[in-house]
Amino acid sequence: MSLPIYATPAQRVWYYTFRVICGAIFFFLIAPILVIIPLSFNAQDFFTFTPEMLSLDPAGFSLKHYRDFFTNDDWQGALYNSLRIAPVATVLSLSFGTLAAIGLSQSHVPFRRVIMAVLISPMIVPLIISAAGMYFFYSRVGLQGTYWGVVLAHAALGIPFVIITVTATLVGFDRSLTRAAASMGANPITTFFKVQMPLILPGVVSGGLFAFITSFDEVVVVLFVGSAGQKTLTWQMFTGLREQISPTILAVATILVVFSIGLLIVVEMLRRRSERLRGMSPN
Amino acid sequence: MKVTNLLLATSALAIAASAAAAEDMTIVSWGGAYLNSQQKAYHDPYMAMNPGLNIINDDASAEAVAKLRAMNEAGNLTWDLVDVVPSDAMRLCDEGLAMPIDFDKVLAPAPDGTPATEDFGALLVSECFIPQIVYSTTFGYRTDMVGDTPPTSVCDVFDLAKYPGKRSLQKRPIDNMEWALYCDGVAKDEIYNVLGTDEGVARAFAKLGTIKDSVVWWNAGAETPQLLADGEVVMGSTFNGRLFSAIAEQNQPIGMLWDMQSFDLDGWVIPTGLPEDRLARVLDYVRFATDTQRLADQSKYISYGPARASSAPLVSTHAELGIEMAPHMPTDPKNASNTHIYDYEWWADNRDDLDAKFQAWLAQ
Amino acid sequence: MSDTTHTGPMLAADGSPLKRSLERALRRQKLRALALIAPLLIFILVTFIAPIADMLFRSVENEIVSETLPRTVVALKDWDPTLGELPDEAVFAAMAADLQEAAKAKIHTRVGSRLNYETPGISSLFRKSGRQASKWDLEKDGPFKDVLIKSEKGWGELDVWKTIQVYSPKYTNGYFLNAVDLEKTASGISPRDEDQQIYITLFLRTFAMSIGITLSCLMLGYPVAWLLSNLPSRSSNLLMILVLLPFWTSLLVRTSAWKVLLQQQGVINDVLVWVGLVANDDRLVMINNQFGTVLAMTHILLPFMILPLFSVMKTIPPSYLRAAKSLGASNWTAFWRVYFPQSVPGIGAGSILVFILAVGYYITPELVGGTKGTFISNRIAFHISSSLNWGLAAALGAILLGFVVLLYWVYDRLVGIDNVKLG
Repeated sequence: MSLPIYATPAQRVWYYTFRVICGAIFFFLIAPILVIIPLSFNAQDFFTFTPEMLSLDPAGFSLKHYRDFFTNDDWQGALYNSLRIAPVATVLSLSFGTLAAIGLSQSHVPFRRVIMAVLISPMIVPLIISAAGMYFFYSRVGLQGTYWGVVLAHAALGIPFVIITVTATLVGFDRSLTRAAASMGANPITTFFKVQMPLILPGVVSGGLFAFITSFDEVVVVLFVGSAGQKTLTWQMFTGLREQISPTILAVATILVVFSIGLLIVVEMLRRRSERLRGMSPN
Repeated sequence: MKVTNLLLATSALAIAASAAAAEDMTIVSWGGAYLNSQQKAYHDPYMAMNPGLNIINDDASAEAVAKLRAMNEAGNLTWDLVDVVPSDAMRLCDEGLAMPIDFDKVLAPAPDGTPATEDFGALLVSECFIPQIVYSTTFGYRTDMVGDTPPTSVCDVFDLAKYPGKRSLQKRPIDNMEWALYCDGVAKDEIYNVLGTDEGVARAFAKLGTIKDSVVWWNAGAETPQLLADGEVVMGSTFNGRLFSAIAEQNQPIGMLWDMQSFDLDGWVIPTGLPEDRLARVLDYVRFATDTQRLADQSKYISYGPARASSAPLVSTHAELGIEMAPHMPTDPKNASNTHIYDYEWWADNRDDLDAKFQAWLAQ
Repeated sequence: MSDTTHTGPMLAADGSPLKRSLERALRRQKLRALALIAPLLIFILVTFIAPIADMLFRSVENEIVSETLPRTVVALKDWDPTLGELPDEAVFAAMAADLQEAAKAKIHTRVGSRLNYETPGISSLFRKSGRQASKWDLEKDGPFKDVLIKSEKGWGELDVWKTIQVYSPKYTNGYFLNAVDLEKTASGISPRDEDQQIYITLFLRTFAMSIGITLSCLMLGYPVAWLLSNLPSRSSNLLMILVLLPFWTSLLVRTSAWKVLLQQQGVINDVLVWVGLVANDDRLVMINNQFGTVLAMTHILLPFMILPLFSVMKTIPPSYLRAAKSLGASNWTAFWRVYFPQSVPGIGAGSILVFILAVGYYITPELVGGTKGTFISNRIAFHISSSLNWGLAAALGAILLGFVVLLYWVYDRLVGIDNVKLG
């Protein structure tokens, strides 16, 4: 949509105004995330730019908040818990979710709409309601305040993302490939691992990453279902933001932003690879 | 079938996990500077005496009653010892969720042999509650934002003309309603009688309404010190120990306003239903952590008064700053010339009702 | 061997009629699909749907009264509260017996705090009389009307007995009534005292702010989605990263960023003071109010608007716009009459999604909402962990859930849940 050479001045003005507006919106999207990065190197315990920082005086910057993160037992314990919960929850939602997505992509599935609605519901139901329900119910069955309680809860929350990404990959999947494999005598399991899996793998991996980040970022449910032994990184951040506001939070936030950038790049690469594999790329 | 199997399998795993951690003791407290003082005065020395024991801190005291009730429904008690305020202790005791204590048997006598019941005296407000400290909810103000005449009365909080700017108050009716009535001219011993009537409630809200637009409401004790340090408010209520650490440890320009400080206690409850071995360990810990020396030690790290009479003479100087702690205690005679003691029974009855009204008033 | 056509049914290779064979194959296929889905479905039903059903049940359950006070409940059945007289001795004696038993089991205060939600003062009535109950001799100490009223004068109040009678049944709609600012009284349903009405206001505020958030997401998201869908894919992919990065960044990171930006001593105010637009002692209040909540949540939910809009706009051929213009339409007419109507499905999808997500938010309003910018979710959380009125929390949750499910259904109708895209 480049500007045609025959554009009138009014069109020209509008064209550039529009671009400026869009630029401002992109700025709105990104700036808040970027602004915390320099602040996390603040040598003071403040949440705002000090005069030393603005004059780029090296004395205004320090790694002390990062040091605090890496040496403080609370933060390290929280990181450990997050890393202990998220992968297990991911494996659970991914294995159940992929199977079900394959089932759902068959041509004749009775009650498909209803089943789909149920499986996507953890994404739609307000988190506070999920959290409250799980809190009461898991208490009754003895899962409240346990590691497995949190893992199961997080696995349930991650499932919609797995279903959505994997079914999206399966939409472009050529069914005749499995039929061809079957006609040549491959059993369903061989067909799945040798033919179907490699093709839908990008979708499965990005579904897994979504499930991982869902668990990793989740705070409401873990606040209710978990107890001290399951205090995750985001939980620690939440109490930090509400109570002892320390700039260490900004250091953690910066680390998480870098982490998200990494995940995002992986997911984007996978998406393109999947589109290329299925010949759907617009390029 | 599958459903029950899954549940059985997972709960079996959970039980296995908790059994494996037999040498852990989970102690629930408030977090922050308060936990820090307990860690240094109680936990660290106790763990040094008992190698192999690991104390896990859970900062969940604010939700203690809810969580203990849930654990009780589940029959799965993951906490060993819980730090609560007396109003919650009474609720837990009433519901049978906290254990009644035989104080003279469980707690150590004072060094001179005075039995624990005498040493704690009137502070034993519930049969399940083992007091640790006396604290108060009171006001701090920015010394550089109040001009040459710092506030001296709690009613200065309601005086926007004299002290313009925002103030922070706790987001609950307790204390605020009493202060409002007091500053509206109600005598101190009449406060609860007045508050018991609809007109009294309306009167308190009307008084609070005069500053409503200038109030920042807080939920967590650390918010007011932070708001004061950031200059977001001129004055605000919080626990006196939080203000002390902002003033003495972080050198913030904050002054104390002790007038009509609201006294309260904090202490331990032991949940009912602990298995033998865990209970024995908790009792051993409690005996250690509430003896005369330990309670006095805690006041080296935070400015809360020890609950034992015998600890008071042992209160010395701050562990790192070396300043005399006694003048920073809420119980110091200079600070306690005009205090407010809130009525646990009255609030137990009227908390839900007044809270609904308070929230409705906030939302208006 | 004849070449004549079969008159019987078509046969499959194994000799069975082809139709039946096909049916069987179809059935097998269906079963296989269901078998693949079943584990997950069961998993979700157990870990997610059952808890929610359990919570909904709590919103009507009221067994505590009849279980703790079985005799009193029976004895109170025939009492007519409209006469304005206290119940007779039989009721008081039943209450004394119930109290004694309950106090022994230490459950008397639980029913007290349950009833205290409805009538303040009952809690201490049960607590204080419960302490004395063990000393009563049920045979000799009567009449218990005097004993109870002497122990606590609250037992002589009509309201107390009315409340016990109204809340005797095992199930109650009382929590739901409270959740919409009504209350159940002996004489039927009536509005709560004006100074206690809060939930309708809160629901309306939650909806109004969610609509505000949805509209601002739409206003900001539409131009961006349009730009992205009309740029060559190389540059649009690059810009897409800018949309997806916030989406992948932790919610708490984004909320803390807004806290840092919006405080009175925060970055935005600092900049404004430095530029001279705002005086140092007159800094803008942008946090702990509705503005802060709407702003932060617009930022957080914007990707959920852009992505559906983008995926719809990508399918609108640019040639339509060119055709319209070549036929003489002005830029605006071409956009408004040709392009915009085709983007409406995207607007619908994005708006419903954003609205559904916004209406149930908890974390962001809790951290930046102050008192005027909090949502119904925050109140639900309060009742779960502070006031312990779990029935009311469940009823509020049920109402919120009802709205969300309704919208979810509309969304499914309009867009289809299969069409949700995540980048």
